[in-house]
Amino acid sequence: MPRLTATKRHAMRFRLNGHPVEGHAEPRMQLADFLRHELGATGTHVGCEHGICGACTVSVDGMLTRACLTLAVQVDGCDVRTVEGLAPEPGRLSVLQAAFRRHHGLQCGFCTPGILMSLDRYLQTNPNPTENQIRELLSGHLCRCTGYTPIIRAALEAAAVLASPTQQEDHVHV
Amino acid sequence: MKPALFDYVRAETLDEALAVLAAEGSDARVIAGGQSLMAMLNMRLARPKVLIDIMRIDDLDRIDEERGRIVVGAGVRQAKLLAWDNLAAKLPLVALALPWTGHEQTRSRGTVCGSVAHADPSAEMPLCLIALDGQVHLRSARRRRLVAAAEYVTGMMSTTRQDDEMIEAVSFPVRDGNGYSFREVARRHGDFAITACAAIASADGIRLAVAGVADKPETRDWPDLAGSALDDALNAFAYELDARDDIHATARYRRDLVRQIGRDVIMEARRCRA
Repeated sequence: MPRLTATKRHAMRFRLNGHPVEGHAEPRMQLADFLRHELGATGTHVGCEHGICGACTVSVDGMLTRACLTLAVQVDGCDVRTVEGLAPEPGRLSVLQAAFRRHHGLQCGFCTPGILMSLDRYLQTNPNPTENQIRELLSGHLCRCTGYTPIIRAALEAAAVLASPTQQEDHVHV
Repeated sequence: MKPALFDYVRAETLDEALAVLAAEGSDARVIAGGQSLMAMLNMRLARPKVLIDIMRIDDLDRIDEERGRIVVGAGVRQAKLLAWDNLAAKLPLVALALPWTGHEQTRSRGTVCGSVAHADPSAEMPLCLIALDGQVHLRSARRRRLVAAAEYVTGMMSTTRQDDEMIEAVSFPVRDGNGYSFREVARRHGDFAITACAAIASADGIRLAVAGVADKPETRDWPDLAGSALDDALNAFAYELDARDDIHATARYRRDLVRQIGRDVIMEARRCRA
């Protein structure tokens, strides 16, 4: 039974967007801070630090996860996915990201990484969502710029694009 | 904010977790999904010296049916219970209330037992467990103890759990033929309820359980009242609840919600009764 002492920094390893990463964390370090400060993966944003705003939402072993409500030491050995892993290659957006751009689904962009992660995960398991389902999913996020309407349009369009057969094999992420 | 310093223990068996709890007592806290406790740690409202992570104990991640009860282990995430094939048939009230418990993004990690352990007065899972005469299965290195949910929660985020105990499971009795209804009012779907009402219509009469108003979920049992007799009963119940003003709503508004949605859920539960 491992006991990690409070004042020491402990070696941590997990997979980030498919690649093995390692760093050091005190037990109290949030996953969000580990991603940003230890690994330099600053795509994940930190807003409220108590699970309300949703900006820090990532995926851990396929589960949507608030990175501020998760300790770095809890994800040792896990498969972590963040917004940096969405684009299929540099210079090319995922279907969902492209839909956000077309529909102005972001303005300041602070909430966007979390919302993209939620929608990416949700559309993988719910390929034909209703507008109400998207709205309910978005209740786990706060956006103060857009009023949500363009985000909902982008999500529904991305779902429609992904449902068309020609698009599917091309994209790892939605 | 960031949490204060603590040691972190990743328990691999229940005995390991219980041994640390026995040794550390009130200095230790159990963390499961962390969706309530991590917020408390970040705000330093909780400052344990040791955090015991129980999510890698496979035995706790179980949903079992035993002697007419559904037993939900301490490692069962809310999303897992919500996706359980038998939920609507066995525990209709929980099936109605779980989609209101947090958001998709927190149900994926938060546990049913963790919500009960946290005992927020607005939370849906303690409300359901109390409304359904559920039990809390406490475990320590010394003993096992079953506590009725209504006795387990003593007030706002306070319970009868001893320092060396942890919740091993909660269990809900399965009852056929009852009608159930659940509604809540919150600023955002998934936020803590300003007022949540659960109604159970059985052959004996009706039960109304209310969260978000007093410092813990409160229930009342009545015979099959109707018309002005029901209005009077609801009015008396709403008046007796120790409602408080806060940033989200006044006590008066909360009492009014008890009268209005309390009546709605009772009528709906009756319609669903076999």
